[in-house]
Amino acid sequence: MYLHSKHFLDIETLPPEDIVLVLSTARSMKEISARKIKKVPTLRGKTIINLFYEPSTRTRTSFEMAGKRLSADVVNISASTSSVAKGECLKDTAMNLQAMNPDILVIRHSSPGAAHYLARILDCSVINAGDGAHEHPTQAMLDLMTIEEHKGAIAGRNVVIVGDITHSRVARSNIWALGKMGAEVTVVGPKTLMPPRIKELGVEVSYRLEDVIPKADVLMILRIQLERHRQGFFPSLREYAKLFGVNRRRLEGAKPDVLIMHPGPINRGVELEPEVADGPYSVILDQVTNGLAVRMALMYLLLGGGSADRL
Amino acid sequence: MRLLIGGGRVIDPGQGIDAKLDVLIEDGRIAEVGHKLPVPRDCQVYEAQGRIVAPGLIDMHTHLREPGREDQETISSGTRAAVWGGFTSVVCMPNTQPPNDNQAVTKFILEQARTEGACHVFPVGCITKGQQGEELAEMGELAASGVVGFSDDGRSVANAELLRRAMEYAAMLDLPIISHCQDAHLGHQGVMHEGLISTKLGLPGMPSAAEEIIVARDIRLAELTGARLHIAHVSAAGSVDLIRQAKFRLADITAEVTPHHFTLTDEAVYSFDTNTKVNPPLRSKDDLEAILTGLEDETLGVIATDHAPHTLAEKEREFTLAPFGMVGLETALPLALQLVSKDLLTLPGVIARLTINPARILDLPHKGTLAVGSDADVTIINPEKKVIVDPGSFKSKGRNTPFGGWELQGAAEAVVVSGKLINLQ
Repeated sequence: MYLHSKHFLDIETLPPEDIVLVLSTARSMKEISARKIKKVPTLRGKTIINLFYEPSTRTRTSFEMAGKRLSADVVNISASTSSVAKGECLKDTAMNLQAMNPDILVIRHSSPGAAHYLARILDCSVINAGDGAHEHPTQAMLDLMTIEEHKGAIAGRNVVIVGDITHSRVARSNIWALGKMGAEVTVVGPKTLMPPRIKELGVEVSYRLEDVIPKADVLMILRIQLERHRQGFFPSLREYAKLFGVNRRRLEGAKPDVLIMHPGPINRGVELEPEVADGPYSVILDQVTNGLAVRMALMYLLLGGGSADRL
Repeated sequence: MRLLIGGGRVIDPGQGIDAKLDVLIEDGRIAEVGHKLPVPRDCQVYEAQGRIVAPGLIDMHTHLREPGREDQETISSGTRAAVWGGFTSVVCMPNTQPPNDNQAVTKFILEQARTEGACHVFPVGCITKGQQGEELAEMGELAASGVVGFSDDGRSVANAELLRRAMEYAAMLDLPIISHCQDAHLGHQGVMHEGLISTKLGLPGMPSAAEEIIVARDIRLAELTGARLHIAHVSAAGSVDLIRQAKFRLADITAEVTPHHFTLTDEAVYSFDTNTKVNPPLRSKDDLEAILTGLEDETLGVIATDHAPHTLAEKEREFTLAPFGMVGLETALPLALQLVSKDLLTLPGVIARLTINPARILDLPHKGTLAVGSDADVTIINPEKKVIVDPGSFKSKGRNTPFGGWELQGAAEAVVVSGKLINLQ
């Protein structure tokens, strides 16, 4: 089995069998990071560039470490310390990096379609590490992997995504990914942060968190950007926390084994009460661990690897 | 100098003519239109059998970019693009740098057009100084210098009181106000139509209501002031309804639609092709249906391009950062002719929307018709000609079109501008 495309740009157009292949490969990869010597020679001689136009801790480190554990040479570039700060356009930056002959370019950018654009103009493989509010496909893969680990098959599970759906690439990628794997997805949040016609992506929509908590197998809580209230999306962070914050009191109505997930970074006390983030149902750090495995799997598969049994 | 265009199908909607006739041109005027006219002495003959002979097409919504952005387009390149697209007159919008908000700019444009232009150029003047929406431009002086209407195209005049005064002033000058209808706040960060596709792509949306609200407001203000109001580049279904209702009440509301808005929907944005980023945005299938109906019943009486050239570097950017606009002069006619092959409009219907209708709205004397005595502006169309859109061969400096590679049918093969034949083959 091989991936259908040399790029990994979005979940919307990703064939379900590719999701299955990435997940099964990621399971084999996870074991490598648990070894004493956390490195295999699989991608020796390959070069991976991380091109980040937005700040990132988890994703950037995860991609870097994923490449290094597979013995690839990894170069990190962040916009603020590169020629981008001198006004170089995305195309020139990308073409110059390509001239150094990398095998994979990982891009994080605030503009939807940035990764698709690079895939169109570059010869190397492109991985979308988040393009504006469009997609964050590796996040969805690591979320699927985490749910599977804790719940078994994803099909039929109720997943509730809470928060700012409009501005969330995590929400979009997960809506597609969970849908393709047969989960029931509900999105809940203030109507001001619910994009139009979101129902047509195959989800239930709710504006009352307490109504949907009881059925949830998984609560996926999104980060709320602190400046949103100044843009008039809701009156105050205080009121947001009151209406849509996930806390112990609200979870009294939840299933006893509900999973609490968050893509990070968390605004503790706003969308998620610290006691819940650190509580027994939280798998937030498992998500981070699995992120590494998913990205290793993806790099391996994009560079021509097939289903991995022995690494 | 005489020119006889012989044996073509002459379609002149202004006179209700659709027949196989000859057209004789003398001294830059239409001298005679009739059956099998004798060929006078010293007369050039253009054989137009199998061709459509129409009044010279008029594009009442073009951005020529000069002065200020000559890297995007000049009056020379833009008018050549117009001629190669079959247009003999273009109406240029005032959002140049500096904007056409005073007589010096108007006179410069007219002088450039006279010396460098390949076709007629009619400038539109700003409604407000610097298009800032704060103070009226010197509309009287602009009118005296030769503008054919007023617009702050690219934005609306947000202040309704100020627009009311502008309309009163324009009514006094007997010139139309051309409105780009868009609320200043609603969806102001948007880069595409707000709907299912924007939700999928995570791109900020511009809701149809942002246009419809201002269409409604401007119609009411036109009724209040008695101004002639022309709504530019209608994109939303609700706008079509509002204009249709207004036309029942009041004769002086007119509206235009662009070829891209009657051809494409927001589905085209799926590619993240920045050439599909236009303002107003490409809208939904429902909006497209309403626009086609509006074209059919003449609620939308004009087809205009909103030709908006940009440099390659400006468009080869992230979608959110690229400027709005696409070129249109060199694809408008074949796209309009698709309306005929799809049985949405008759051929005379299409030609009316590109000739006599804009000429009447802007009160361009002797334009848009082949009546005897009119200016000798003629467009000769080969309706069978297969066209593969090749942006690389455009006369415009702009290559920003999403129609590259499209296979279309029908194109201008020659135009006559003020009696002078320009063969485009």
